[in-house]
Amino acid sequence: MAIDCLVLGAGQEVGKSCVVVTINGKRIMFDCGMHMAYNDHRQYPDFSRISKSCDFNNAIDCIVITHFHLDHIGALPYFTEICGYNGPIYMTYPTRALAPIMLEDYRKVLVDRRGEVEQFTSDHIAECMKKVIAVDLKQTVQVDKDLQIRAYYAGHVLGAAMFYAKVGDSAMVYTGDYNMTPDRHLGAARIDRLQLDLLITDFDFHGICLVFQFTFCKCYNSEIEYRNSLFIDYAAAVSDTVDYIIVSYLISLPCPEMEALAFGLRSTYATTVRDSKYAREREFLKAAASSVLHTAVASILSFVVIIVVHKCVAGGGKVLIPAFALGRAQELCILLDDYWERMNLRVPIYFSAGLTIQANMYYKMLISWTSQKVKETYNAFDFKNVHNFDRSLIDAPGPCVLFATPGMLTGGFSLEVFKHWAPSEMNLITLPGYCLAGTIGNKLMSGNPTIELEGTKIDVRCQIHQLAFSPHTDGKGIMDLVKFLSPQHVILVHGEKPKMATLKERIQSELGIKCCDPANNESVCIPSTHYVKAGASDAFIRSCLNPNFQFLKSGSEEKSVSGSKCTEGTLPLWIKDERVAEGILVLEKSEKAKVVHQDELLLMLGEKRHEVQFAYCCPVNVDELEKFTTTSLTPTARMLRDPNKSSLIRLLVAKLSRKLSEGNIQDFGEHLQVESFHLSVCLKDTCPYRITNGLEDKPRTAFFCCTWSAADDKLARKIISAMENRDLVET
Amino acid sequence: MSYLIAHWTFRHSQSFLHCQMIFIKLYARKILILKTGRSPMGMLGLPFLTRMEGFSAKIYITEAAARIGQLMMEELICMNMEYRQFYGAEESSGPQWMKWEELELLPSALRKIALGEDGSELGGGCPCIAHVKDCISKVQTLRFGEEACYNGILIIKAFSSGLDIGACNWIISGAKGNIAYISGSNFASGHAMDFDYRAIQGSDLILYSDLSSLDSTEDIDQSSFSDDNNNWEELMNSLSNYDESVEEMEKLAFICSCAIDSVKAGGSVLIPINRVGVFLQLLEQIAIFMECSSLKIPIYIISSVAEELLAYTNTIPEWLCKQRQEKLFSGDPLFAHVKLIKEKKIHVFPAVHSPKLLMNWQEPCIVFSPHWSLRLGPTIHLLRRWSGDHNSLLVLENEVDAELAVLPFKPISMKVLQCSFLSGKKLQKVQPLLKILQPKLVLFPEEWRTHVSFSDVTSFSVSHYSENETIHIPSLKESAELEIAADIASKFQWRMLKQKKLNITRLKGRLFVNHGKHQLLPENEPGGSSQTRPFLHWGSPDPENLLAELSKMGINGSVERCMTDAESEDGFTVKVQDPEKSMIEVRAAVTVISAADKNLASRIVKAMENILEGI
Repeated sequence: MAIDCLVLGAGQEVGKSCVVVTINGKRIMFDCGMHMAYNDHRQYPDFSRISKSCDFNNAIDCIVITHFHLDHIGALPYFTEICGYNGPIYMTYPTRALAPIMLEDYRKVLVDRRGEVEQFTSDHIAECMKKVIAVDLKQTVQVDKDLQIRAYYAGHVLGAAMFYAKVGDSAMVYTGDYNMTPDRHLGAARIDRLQLDLLITDFDFHGICLVFQFTFCKCYNSEIEYRNSLFIDYAAAVSDTVDYIIVSYLISLPCPEMEALAFGLRSTYATTVRDSKYAREREFLKAAASSVLHTAVASILSFVVIIVVHKCVAGGGKVLIPAFALGRAQELCILLDDYWERMNLRVPIYFSAGLTIQANMYYKMLISWTSQKVKETYNAFDFKNVHNFDRSLIDAPGPCVLFATPGMLTGGFSLEVFKHWAPSEMNLITLPGYCLAGTIGNKLMSGNPTIELEGTKIDVRCQIHQLAFSPHTDGKGIMDLVKFLSPQHVILVHGEKPKMATLKERIQSELGIKCCDPANNESVCIPSTHYVKAGASDAFIRSCLNPNFQFLKSGSEEKSVSGSKCTEGTLPLWIKDERVAEGILVLEKSEKAKVVHQDELLLMLGEKRHEVQFAYCCPVNVDELEKFTTTSLTPTARMLRDPNKSSLIRLLVAKLSRKLSEGNIQDFGEHLQVESFHLSVCLKDTCPYRITNGLEDKPRTAFFCCTWSAADDKLARKIISAMENRDLVET
Repeated sequence: MSYLIAHWTFRHSQSFLHCQMIFIKLYARKILILKTGRSPMGMLGLPFLTRMEGFSAKIYITEAAARIGQLMMEELICMNMEYRQFYGAEESSGPQWMKWEELELLPSALRKIALGEDGSELGGGCPCIAHVKDCISKVQTLRFGEEACYNGILIIKAFSSGLDIGACNWIISGAKGNIAYISGSNFASGHAMDFDYRAIQGSDLILYSDLSSLDSTEDIDQSSFSDDNNNWEELMNSLSNYDESVEEMEKLAFICSCAIDSVKAGGSVLIPINRVGVFLQLLEQIAIFMECSSLKIPIYIISSVAEELLAYTNTIPEWLCKQRQEKLFSGDPLFAHVKLIKEKKIHVFPAVHSPKLLMNWQEPCIVFSPHWSLRLGPTIHLLRRWSGDHNSLLVLENEVDAELAVLPFKPISMKVLQCSFLSGKKLQKVQPLLKILQPKLVLFPEEWRTHVSFSDVTSFSVSHYSENETIHIPSLKESAELEIAADIASKFQWRMLKQKKLNITRLKGRLFVNHGKHQLLPENEPGGSSQTRPFLHWGSPDPENLLAELSKMGINGSVERCMTDAESEDGFTVKVQDPEKSMIEVRAAVTVISAADKNLASRIVKAMENILEGI
């Protein structure tokens, strides 16, 4: 049995996620994304690799979409309407609701504004969506008799889910994008501890890479230098890159900003950073170093954004926030609206036509998919300060904040506004966390002062701020998830090759889990779990649940033999209760295999048990015994010249417990017992089990009659050797 | 494993609590699983149980039912407090018709399970808000189709029943089969997600408790279903046809037109809130009717929890029917009330004495308010006001005894409209449905024995149960399913037993009981040597055979019959001289080998194994 994993997209790159997995004959396509940076055949996954004859309905059992971002869903209408896939498509309710908006938005940008040939029409999107089956979180969906899928909360964007798939005994999880820490409007990813053969995880370092660019802030002064040295101290204390950079940004803010930040932070940390005395800062940094910061990374980032926006509008500037229709716009808008309320600001916040307020309606109905905090307020998406934007307002005087599509300034309305606002120093442009190479957004990020647009040069003099929301997972997040799930294998996708290689190494060396990062159109084959099924009798199950205590001395055998100084009294006792299931598998012709307890087998056969035992009457020199034990015995014990039964046993126990590392020696006074090994003093003159000759005559020889079952033969022989001093090394 | 199933209905006449539960006891241990069935209304009695000391049972409820149920409980308590302010805390001081009745007690066996041996009796008196909070905190909420694992041995899942928002049927599955609990179910709902019968298909046991349509005494036409029990698809279509939903819509429309007639005549309409789904649908329909007849009559909702309830119901697309989900996908609100409130066609107030309501108040009007019993909440005040007006209208559900309900307000000239909404499957659909679900065993309510006959059913057996009675169900399967890891299976050493035509092999590992499954996984540290030698022997050794086997191994000895021991009649002893002195003592059930040398001993054992059968 094996799992075949064909990576059609996002193999060692970012964009067009698409993985086709075959588990026990069932074929699932996870995500069907498009690559935003290409306009040719490379923008879609190479579907011909799934089926040469392009008969996708027979080649694929179902499609699973993790979230509504175009690099995860962009190729879906093309695949269903142009390539002709008609089978079921699964996604969460929010994704089902929001994906058409996202796709339509993108189609418009392509066709209406860039003038490209459309790959699919509005009707295609609508038809495609009819094939979708919406699922709830944790709902176990039976795709067919054998295939089972289940969605788990992934954070990242509204409705994002990780998907579990199970066929027969083989199971896997495909994560899509996720984040392991909660942000302002979404919770952290949550998944059960599952038994997995394979984990395919998105590896996306956008968040971290781009947080570096915080140093856009232009407010250095001499004090900052000193503060930077402070944060290097701090950086040594925290290993996580994200925390490191945020702190660097915080302390590079001049005092007024720090104050505003303190306003936001006070509730979170109950720490005031109002007076920027160094000692105070050090204290703050220490507080931040605690785990609190890690979970609040996103909220600190968002406060930073708000402060920057506030500063701009306070100076009479206009703020342009290019964004895609859904996700970040709503996320940021919650924050701004909330802040506007609290600070009693009157500056208008606008949504451009593409970013309909209608989208907020969706968010309202899907509020149960947001974080606990947002959920508790039923009206989080009832924005009080948000209005629709009209083209005539572009050159209207006075400050404002505008959310406009598309993000990354790829064209359309946001670019139009950019042309008007970029030349003024008062204005601010807040770019999304990630801008693809080749886009205007990307050029701005790399600090280009002049942008050429359709032949005209634009002198960019406005401030540029990079949104540093990091709703993608980070290295630590991936490691945490992999460790938590402990799958048999990990496949990394959706990341740049060198960075993934580093993480791959870590997963293999630190967690000991096999890991690979296949390139596009590569196929990976992974062995999968298979169980043999049998009926189990009640008696067998019961016998398995019986306690099986084992008492072990902590010192290993070699240690005590080599004569380490620890005395018996100080050795801690280890108690082990490892229950062992032992039974017999019976295979009768034309009947189901059955596991029974051994007593049941005899009943089935109508036979009686015949036990095979060993017996041995072992001679021991009493003097030897006493000599050996005097060191640890009390004088009264040494005084025993005529040893009775129980004192002999006691002497023997003392001796054996020093020599034996295994087994639990139980002293019952009259006899001693180790597992099935039973020993008692033999006073008979002629014992049938006294086989050794010539010892009877020796003085001061005591005989011990031993019996044991065949199972414990090895142990019993060891005990007997010890008794007969045959293994004596130290005396 | 045997199941002990008891069906228990909890009724508290004064506070109109109704709580249905099933208890399931597994093995001999103290385990209780308690569930509330039907609609969110079905859990109102829970705080009575959970507030008792020593309550330790696990409670599972769907997420939506828990949320709505909590709101309902809070409202009930709020109304009860108001009532006590009005009539005083002493129960005797209230009017006679408001008397508390004795609580029906749990059957004693179940009380022990639920509360431990010294469980106290269910206390009287209404629970308080703290009790409700505490109750909700003890509940584990589930989504439809979510698997909850109880103690590793049971998987519990809820599937929509279509009766009300969050109402569900349950499936409990373990290694030894699964039980489905079917409560009132509805094939085509106008609000809640449809009855998910596919999930229930193929259960071993169905506990059928759809008791609600008992009053529908239509003749059952079985002939149409009895022949073709193979054609399930067709059967299913005939069951889930849209007649029912059309019928329901017609009922709603009728109520609406009656209401419109009343307000046109200058009277007001009072609609006590009962089931949430019906309430929301009625609200929508009345608003549409008003629009059509271009009436400008205010609609008031007077309830302490209405605002939260209305807001909540607009955020739960996952729990609603297909048509409502389509609204989400097209960006429209799930229920029309969102728009109606914004347009100020519906006004929501927490209480009759809210200042805003008093300022806003207009008559005639349409009022939705609790409580349907007409013994609590704003309905009392409004009834007093309108009972004399023959143009006004009171809408009651059939579940309520209308005669009894309006008794305190007599003489009453107000019109009373009684309507019955579907609260379960119709009787004639029961048998075909069960046939489709293909269980092995059906537990059917005793009260229905005369209504539904299973005499012609061969595919499953039927037992009847009564309320507050315990039934023991024999094990559904003989043995539990065990999954053996491939690592273990690859090391099997099969041994053929010729006389019985059996293949047997020893099996060793660690047993995991996890997520309702038994799994045998390899041991952590395989105990050193691979244990190939058998430890279980049977058969009776014969002295000649033994000597022959021994001599093959170069061991020579002589047989001595031992006559001294009375018990060992068949016993004999082999004295070995060569290669070393040793002894083999063979008795009926045991052989004792005595040899000083380890190797010699193991050779003798081998010889013994050759003449004995073993594993």
